[in-house]
Amino acid sequence: MAAPWRSLRLVAPIGNRSTRGIHQLGGAVDPESSQKKRRTMLQYLSDHFYDVEFLRGYFLQNKMDKVHQKNRSFAHLEETHGPNNAGAFFILKQGGAVKFRDKEWIRPDKYGHFSQEFWNFSEVPVEAVDASDCAINYEGLENLHLLKELQSLSLQRCPHMDDWCLSRLYPLADSLQELSLAGCPRISERGLACLHHLQNLRRLDISNLPSVSNPGLTQILVEEMLPNCKVVGVNLAEGLKLGPEEQPQDTDRPIPA
Amino acid sequence: MLPRVLSLGVRRGPLTRRPGTLRGGFSLDWEEKLSEIKKKIQSVLPGTSLHPLYDSSHLPPDHSDVVIVGGGVLGLSVAYWLKKLEKQRGALRVLVVERDLTYSQASSALSLGGIHQQFSLPENIHLSLFSASFLRNINEHLAVVDAPPLDLQFNPLGYLWLASEKDAAAMENNVKVQRQEGAKVCLMSPDQLRNKFPWINTEGVALASYGMEDEGWFDPWCLLQGLRRKVQSMGVLFCQGEVTRFVSSSDRMLTKNQKEVKLKRIYEVHVKMDNSVEYQPVECALVINAAGAWSAQIAALAGIGKGPPDTLQGTKLPVEPRKRYVYVWHCPQGPGLESPLVADTSGTYFRREGLGSNYLGGRSPTEEEEPDPENLEVDHDFFQDKVWPHLAQRVPAFETLKVQNAWAGYYDYNTFDQNGVVGPHPLVVNMFFATGFSGHGRQQAPGVGRAVAEMILEGRFQTINLDSFLFSRFYLGEKIQEDNII
Repeated sequence: MAAPWRSLRLVAPIGNRSTRGIHQLGGAVDPESSQKKRRTMLQYLSDHFYDVEFLRGYFLQNKMDKVHQKNRSFAHLEETHGPNNAGAFFILKQGGAVKFRDKEWIRPDKYGHFSQEFWNFSEVPVEAVDASDCAINYEGLENLHLLKELQSLSLQRCPHMDDWCLSRLYPLADSLQELSLAGCPRISERGLACLHHLQNLRRLDISNLPSVSNPGLTQILVEEMLPNCKVVGVNLAEGLKLGPEEQPQDTDRPIPA
Repeated sequence: MLPRVLSLGVRRGPLTRRPGTLRGGFSLDWEEKLSEIKKKIQSVLPGTSLHPLYDSSHLPPDHSDVVIVGGGVLGLSVAYWLKKLEKQRGALRVLVVERDLTYSQASSALSLGGIHQQFSLPENIHLSLFSASFLRNINEHLAVVDAPPLDLQFNPLGYLWLASEKDAAAMENNVKVQRQEGAKVCLMSPDQLRNKFPWINTEGVALASYGMEDEGWFDPWCLLQGLRRKVQSMGVLFCQGEVTRFVSSSDRMLTKNQKEVKLKRIYEVHVKMDNSVEYQPVECALVINAAGAWSAQIAALAGIGKGPPDTLQGTKLPVEPRKRYVYVWHCPQGPGLESPLVADTSGTYFRREGLGSNYLGGRSPTEEEEPDPENLEVDHDFFQDKVWPHLAQRVPAFETLKVQNAWAGYYDYNTFDQNGVVGPHPLVVNMFFATGFSGHGRQQAPGVGRAVAEMILEGRFQTINLDSFLFSRFYLGEKIQEDNII
């Protein structure tokens, strides 16, 4: 059906559009309303011009393509340099930090450069990975499967980690002992349920997960699911009503409530 | 005194005359008349169908390249892929005709929402894998500028199929095929099952197959709305109406053996509006039958199946609606958070819902117990007699449960071999099917949509080869049986 006519104008609006747009651009007076107007201005432009809509879609697609590029497969490095070095290279390229067994942490500096000495390590397994704030997603986790003896994994505040990704952690079940998912915006209790494969897990951090609907109940259920694991991060008293001994005493009432 | 005089003047007293009453006729509201005049002029302006005598904005357009009958998840998926894969922007005009825009009886909205790759046919496995990767990246595929991202509420816990002694060999074979095609499935013995899921009673279970990745369940309503929003932003037209007639032209041609064959081509679709006899003839080039449980009626309208039996003309579309029940119950001591969707040896299945110990499940009735698909009334005795005993036997904790809710939905059941029909009809040349998936249509919808769009735009299947799902198999008698149907 034809698009809903917002306002019935007697004159066909084709000729009027661009002049209206220019008028609206010049109309802002104070900065705050101009900020709001500019955002709706962009929306207004997107609604009425195909070019603006296409450009916005193009920029969005570009952003997503960049994330995909970061998470491309590094399996080709496995034959030449071994799985541990390939996986470590993937993490370092993303901006995370890697710790080989009996060696120091290798971290990239603020320009993204990191020490290349790990290429010379042969058969030294990677023990710990700190991938906080990295743009790692479902495809990238396949590169993490190369690290067969990983013991500690930190995925704090990763913006693209979601429930699908958590279902991909099961190959690390034999070795993984510590996992931190604090602050990931897309993880919910449904993803946390598939951590039951990780039976060797000893410490799990699930604080600050905004998408989890009932943090207290989720923590209890996860603790039931992983009996040998210490689950930290959630204040179990949050959201509960205060008991009678904690309520402020009302001295005016002769009989306590 | 002055206000009273003014108010007298403002109010229309007996001495002031209203416009339109010059000849003593009825008085019209000026606002209404003006808006009617505006609407009439609007409809004459270029860009809308020209109907100077009456307002036709509620009717579908006069012409459309593709008419998709049925606006459920399969129809919307075909519309999405057609618009996505078209060579030039705006090359195809697509119209989706849906009888009930509230989706009160649509199978997609009422389904359990599961997706799994544990099929016996490689094509089904490929379709599910493709659909899983589509759903994983749904916010890239169905992104609309300025709209909030979709939250499918996907639960990646997987499916657990249990097999008794006699089915164990078949299950092993199936798992081998699934692993070959790329699904991540693992086999478990009864001991491993007991270790992993202590709440299962493994009596009678010889083998179990557990999907580790890309399997689980999600919210089908969210997928439906997301597809609808995206498809509308791509320029597909929606219309609420019922298809009542196909007008077609026919061509007589001779085969090699000098037998006459009548090839039909639909050139007009009559779409009837709700609660009225008004209909709009829509000229079209292609018709896609994605009407789900009612596909057979649409096919009959096109003349499919009218002919002597055992001929191609007389082969009907063997899709019929079958009613299935879903029950919701509460059991506080039931399986924990990690329980997958369990499909038992007896055909009973259940899954956990949310954090509050609620479970959903049901059972496919046998041929003799098939309920009447006349309406969507729920039979609670079916749960008492046929579902609960099996549930309690498999999970002892389910002996104490309380049913909270129940609903019924239709399967578009393919009575021939329970697999979908995809592709063109050999005699009605421009009707394409995307229906008959018997309970796993929604989880394969993105893949099927892409296959139909490729068939239309390229002439052959490119991503996934669905040649064995064509209509001609009904006439040739080639069954492609799928074993793992619940």
